[in-house]
Amino acid sequence: MEALTLLQWTFDSLIGLGLMWLAWRALASPQLFRAVVLFVAFGLLMALAWVRLDAPDIALAEVAIGAGLTGALLLAALARLTTAEKAHNEADQSGKRNHAVRTSRWFPAALLLMVAAGLAYSVLSIPPSSAGLSVEVAANLDISGVSNPVTAVLLNFRGYDTLLEILVLLLALLGVWSLGGSPSQRAAPAGPVLDTLARVLTPVLILLAAYFLWVGAHAPGGAFQAGAVLGAAGVLLLLAGWRPHPGFMQLPLRLVLVAGPGLFLVTALFTVVMGRHLLEYPPERARILIVILETAEALSIGTTLAALFRGERPQEKERQ
Amino acid sequence: MSPAIFYALVGVGLFCLGLYALIVHAHLLRKILAINVMGSGAFLVLAALAKRTANAAPDPVPHAMVITGIVVAVSATAFALMLMSKVAAETGQAELPDRRSE
Repeated sequence: MEALTLLQWTFDSLIGLGLMWLAWRALASPQLFRAVVLFVAFGLLMALAWVRLDAPDIALAEVAIGAGLTGALLLAALARLTTAEKAHNEADQSGKRNHAVRTSRWFPAALLLMVAAGLAYSVLSIPPSSAGLSVEVAANLDISGVSNPVTAVLLNFRGYDTLLEILVLLLALLGVWSLGGSPSQRAAPAGPVLDTLARVLTPVLILLAAYFLWVGAHAPGGAFQAGAVLGAAGVLLLLAGWRPHPGFMQLPLRLVLVAGPGLFLVTALFTVVMGRHLLEYPPERARILIVILETAEALSIGTTLAALFRGERPQEKERQ
Repeated sequence: MSPAIFYALVGVGLFCLGLYALIVHAHLLRKILAINVMGSGAFLVLAALAKRTANAAPDPVPHAMVITGIVVAVSATAFALMLMSKVAAETGQAELPDRRSE
């Protein structure tokens, strides 16, 4: 028992120190590309920390979104940035840049050490053991329609959080689209490796998403993880040079994007009209409602994430 | 000290590290990375405090909030990166101007 505890502490310390070190290197390394790669590694190590904290649902979301999709977004943005800087440098040779940071670093460092001390004190001074809301969640799990407590909280007990969150996701996409998207990227032809990989992996990813969606009712998984995996499949296809049918890019794409939030809003309105609280499902229908909402949500999240990666707003149909 | 408190302290450290980088770095991509590190730190504190009681199932409510937070963070990051690309396309560099050099 003693040896096991020691081993666990060694493991925890390695994860904790590794996280701090990776974050520090990602934020301080002079090369941006290296910084982004270190940040992706940081996300993967975070997933290990989530597993150690008994949070497999978060670990899945972190690997798919925090490390995978954020990494892809960052690398794509970095590529655009290099192109933009190069174009500008050619146009303006005289532009002398001032890269040196001359701000004094001691003052913010000292200030933040005080912030850290204050936060650490408040973490250490909270009661050492507290069940939080887990008792209430466990007591009401029977009427939630699912047996995975995290899914019950996300889709039932605190459904309004999830509703607002997918609206934020949609809002971010609208923001990206209204900025006019990115200047048209050079479409590099996919090599045979990427092409084959995309062909083999895409069906597997879709199957995995469906599995996460279904298993989320009673085990780690759910709409977010499924949506993230779908988004990853979309990013992979976009990278391999695949483009959706132009007909899909018009109304169907927009319908898929709003299916999740729209269905959620309709359900919310319906529960209110029926004289219940907002998003308070009738217990006997909760299971089927959650399955329908999660499916729509996973499709919307996946499509939104892939569209965020593409960045470019789909062209309006040309009127001739 | 229990492992949960240890992870919460690591979260505090990450938050402050990110805040420091957010203040001292002028490059926008680094600022976006810094905000993401800050977010990870805050998530770590939340999930660690959910598991304070040893040998008990962790509180699922903070877990759900962290999952929500991760999705919100990635959408905010995508939007911020697009804003950064616009700044770079406009000025040729993705850095905030140094006020004292003007």
